[in-house]
Amino acid sequence: MYKLTGVTKQYQKGHHTVAALQGVDLVIDDGEWLAIQGPTGHGKTTLLELLGGLDRATAGRVELDGTDLGALRESQVTRVRAQSIGFIFQTFNLIPTLSAQENVEAALVPLRLGTAARRGQAAQALETVGLGDRLQHLPTELSGGQQQRVAIARALVKDPTVILADEPTGNLDEDTRDEIIGLLEKLWREHELTLVLVTHDSSVARRAQRVGLMKNGRLSIRPDTRARRSDA
Amino acid sequence: MFFTYLRRELRRRRRQALVVSLGLGLGIGLVITVTAVAAGVNNAQGTVLHALYGVGTDMTVSAAPSQSSDQPFGFRVGAGNGTRPAAGSKIDLYRLIASRALGTLNSSSVTTVAQLHDVAAAAGSLTLTDTHITGTVPNFSGGGGLGGGGGGGGGGGGSITPTSFTVNGVDLSAGGQVLGPLTSGKITSGRTFTSADSNARNALIDSGYAKSEGLTVGSMVTLGNTSGTGTNFSVVGIVTEPPGATPADVYVPLQQAQALSESSGKVNTIYVAASDSSALSGVTSEVRQVLPSATVTTSSDLANEVTGSLSSAASLANNLGKWLAIAVLAAAFLLASLFTMSAVSRRVREFGTLKALGWRSRRVVGQVMGEAIVCGIAGGIIGVGLGFGGAALVSKFAPSLTASVGLTSGSATPGGARQFGAGNVGGGGGGGSGGGGFRRAAQAASHSVAVHLTAPVTLGAIALAVVLAVAGGLIAGTFGGWRAARLRPAAALSRVE
Repeated sequence: MYKLTGVTKQYQKGHHTVAALQGVDLVIDDGEWLAIQGPTGHGKTTLLELLGGLDRATAGRVELDGTDLGALRESQVTRVRAQSIGFIFQTFNLIPTLSAQENVEAALVPLRLGTAARRGQAAQALETVGLGDRLQHLPTELSGGQQQRVAIARALVKDPTVILADEPTGNLDEDTRDEIIGLLEKLWREHELTLVLVTHDSSVARRAQRVGLMKNGRLSIRPDTRARRSDA
Repeated sequence: MFFTYLRRELRRRRRQALVVSLGLGLGIGLVITVTAVAAGVNNAQGTVLHALYGVGTDMTVSAAPSQSSDQPFGFRVGAGNGTRPAAGSKIDLYRLIASRALGTLNSSSVTTVAQLHDVAAAAGSLTLTDTHITGTVPNFSGGGGLGGGGGGGGGGGGSITPTSFTVNGVDLSAGGQVLGPLTSGKITSGRTFTSADSNARNALIDSGYAKSEGLTVGSMVTLGNTSGTGTNFSVVGIVTEPPGATPADVYVPLQQAQALSESSGKVNTIYVAASDSSALSGVTSEVRQVLPSATVTTSSDLANEVTGSLSSAASLANNLGKWLAIAVLAAAFLLASLFTMSAVSRRVREFGTLKALGWRSRRVVGQVMGEAIVCGIAGGIIGVGLGFGGAALVSKFAPSLTASVGLTSGSATPGGARQFGAGNVGGGGGGGSGGGGFRRAAQAASHSVAVHLTAPVTLGAIALAVVLAVAGGLIAGTFGGWRAARLRPAAALSRVE
C-alpha cells in the first residue's frame, strides 16, 4: 500500500524554483488500479517517479508498505525497485542491442538468479504476453505493440507487487492501444497488482478503479470506482 | 548477461571501439618499439663492452704506464750482447715484450684483490707484443736505426720485414676460468684451455689471425722471448671474439707468457667480478685502498667513454623516444576516456532504464568498465602487433651504429694495447727504413666499432603492454563509469534522445 503525505517536489530551473508537486496526499491500496490524468508538465510523471523511488521528495513522505522511501539509502531503494516495482515507459526503453528475451532477463539480473532460471522465466513472461515466438528478436525487429509487450513482460517477470506505467499507450495506434490495455488489465487482475497508470487518454483512464487529476502539482481524486475488479 | 551485453554493445559501436583500440594500440606499439630499441641499444652497448671487457667482468684494474716501464725498443742480437749485426748479414729475430700502453702489477695483487670482501673472482692477464724480424741487415751508415718510432735516414742494400702480433697471457687459476679476455669469445674449433695447460706450450688463436696466417688446430705458432729466439706453441683451439672486440692474436697460459717475456710475477690487467652489482662501488673503493696507484675502470666508466652514433642512438631512445611514447600513450588514454564518456552520454536513458529495473550503480559502472577494458585489451593486442612490426622494421632498416671508445683516458680498456700495425721496413736502392716501426693502437685517439642495431621485443615489454592496455581501459572506464554512476534515474529517464 502506498501512502503519500504532504509530498512536495521542487526543481531548480536557473534562478527559479519550479514546484512539480505541491502537498500531495494520497493512499493507494494493494491491488488497486489508479489512473492519473492531467495536462503535460503538471506533475504526473514526477509523481510516478516518486512512487517508484526514482527520485526523492523535497518535502513529505512517500511510504510503500509502511517504509518511507525517502528515508532509505540509494542501494535500499534500488533493492525495492528490483524486487517490488515494475516500470512500463511510453517509449518502451528496451536495450537496443539485446533480444526480447535478454531484455526481459535484464530485470532479473539484480535478483541474482542462475542463467537457466533467468532464461526460463523470461521466456515464460514473453509467452504470457503472446511473444513466445519472438524470443530472439531485437527491438528493431518488433512492432511498437510488440515492443511494449516485451516491456510489460520485463515489468512482470520478477513478480512485482506494483506496476508503474507512464503513458504505456502513448506511442501506439488505437487498436494496439486497446490490445495493450486489455493485456495490462488482464495481468492486473490475474496478478493482483497495484497499478498506477499515467495517461492522457480518457478511454484508458476510464478502465481504472480510480482516476486522479494532476493540475499545477496538485492531485484531486474522482469518486471511488473500485468495484471493477470484483465486477470482472 | 554481462558478456552478452558487453559484446553486443561493442559490436553496435564497433567503429568507435576500433578507433579507441587503434589509438591505444598505437601508443602501446610505440612504447614497445621504443623499449625494444632501447633494449637493442643496451645490447649493442653490452656487446661493445663485453667485447672489450669480457663477459662477467665488473671492473678491471691496471697500472698506469710509467716512464721506467718502457723497455727500449730495440733488439739484442747474437748472444744478447746488443752487438749490431753487420750490413748484409741475415737476421731472424723474435722478441716478446710487455705492452707499453699498460704498466705492470705484481701477481700477488690478483690474490689481494680476490680476497677482498664482495669480490667473487679475480684473474690476471698479461698483454704482450711479439715481433718477428727477418731479412738482410741494411747498411746503416746513414745513421738510421732499426727501431720503433725512429724513422731515420734509412740505409741501403738491405730488406728487413718485421711482423708482429699480440699475445695474451691467460690466467688459468680458478678465477681465470670465468673471467678474462677469453670469456667473451667462442671456441669455434678445437678446445679451450684447462688448468692442465698451465705449464704446457699450448696456444689458442684468434679466428681472424688464424685465417690470415693459415693456422689451424695442430699448427705451430712461434713466440719470441727477450733473447731473440723463438719457442713453438701448439695450437689447440681457434677462438672467435664478438664484433667490436679487439682480440689478441694468440692466447697462451699466463705462466708461459710471463716466463718468455721475463715478466715473472707480473700482470698488467686484473679482471674483477663483484659478488653483487650493488657492491660495485664498495669493491672499487676497496681496490683503490689496497692498490692506490692502480687505475680502476668499471663497466659504467667504460660505457661513458663510448661515443659515436651508438651513443646518439642511446640518447635518442632514452630521451626523445621515451617522451614521444609517453605523449602518444597519454593522448591515446585521453582519446579513449573521451570516447567512453561520450558513449555514456549517448546511453544515459539506457542506464536510467537499467537503474529503474533495479540495477545498482556498481553494476552499471562495471558494464562500462568492462567495455572499456575490452577496448584496452584489443588495443594491447594491436599494440603488441604494431610493436613487433616496428621493432622488426628497426632491426631491418636501422643503419649500423658505430661506437667509439676512447683509449687515451688512462682507463684499462683491455683491448687498448692490442692493435699494432706491421710496418714493412723496406730497403733497396737508396731507400731505407723511412719511419718504419710500429704504431701503437693505444696511442690512437679512439677505437671505432660498428654494431648492428637490433630491437628485441622482450617478455617484459609485452607484460608492459598488457599492463598499459588494462590501465588504458581502466582509466577510460573510470571516467565513463564515474559519469554513469552519477546519473539520477529520474533525470536519466527524462533525457530526450
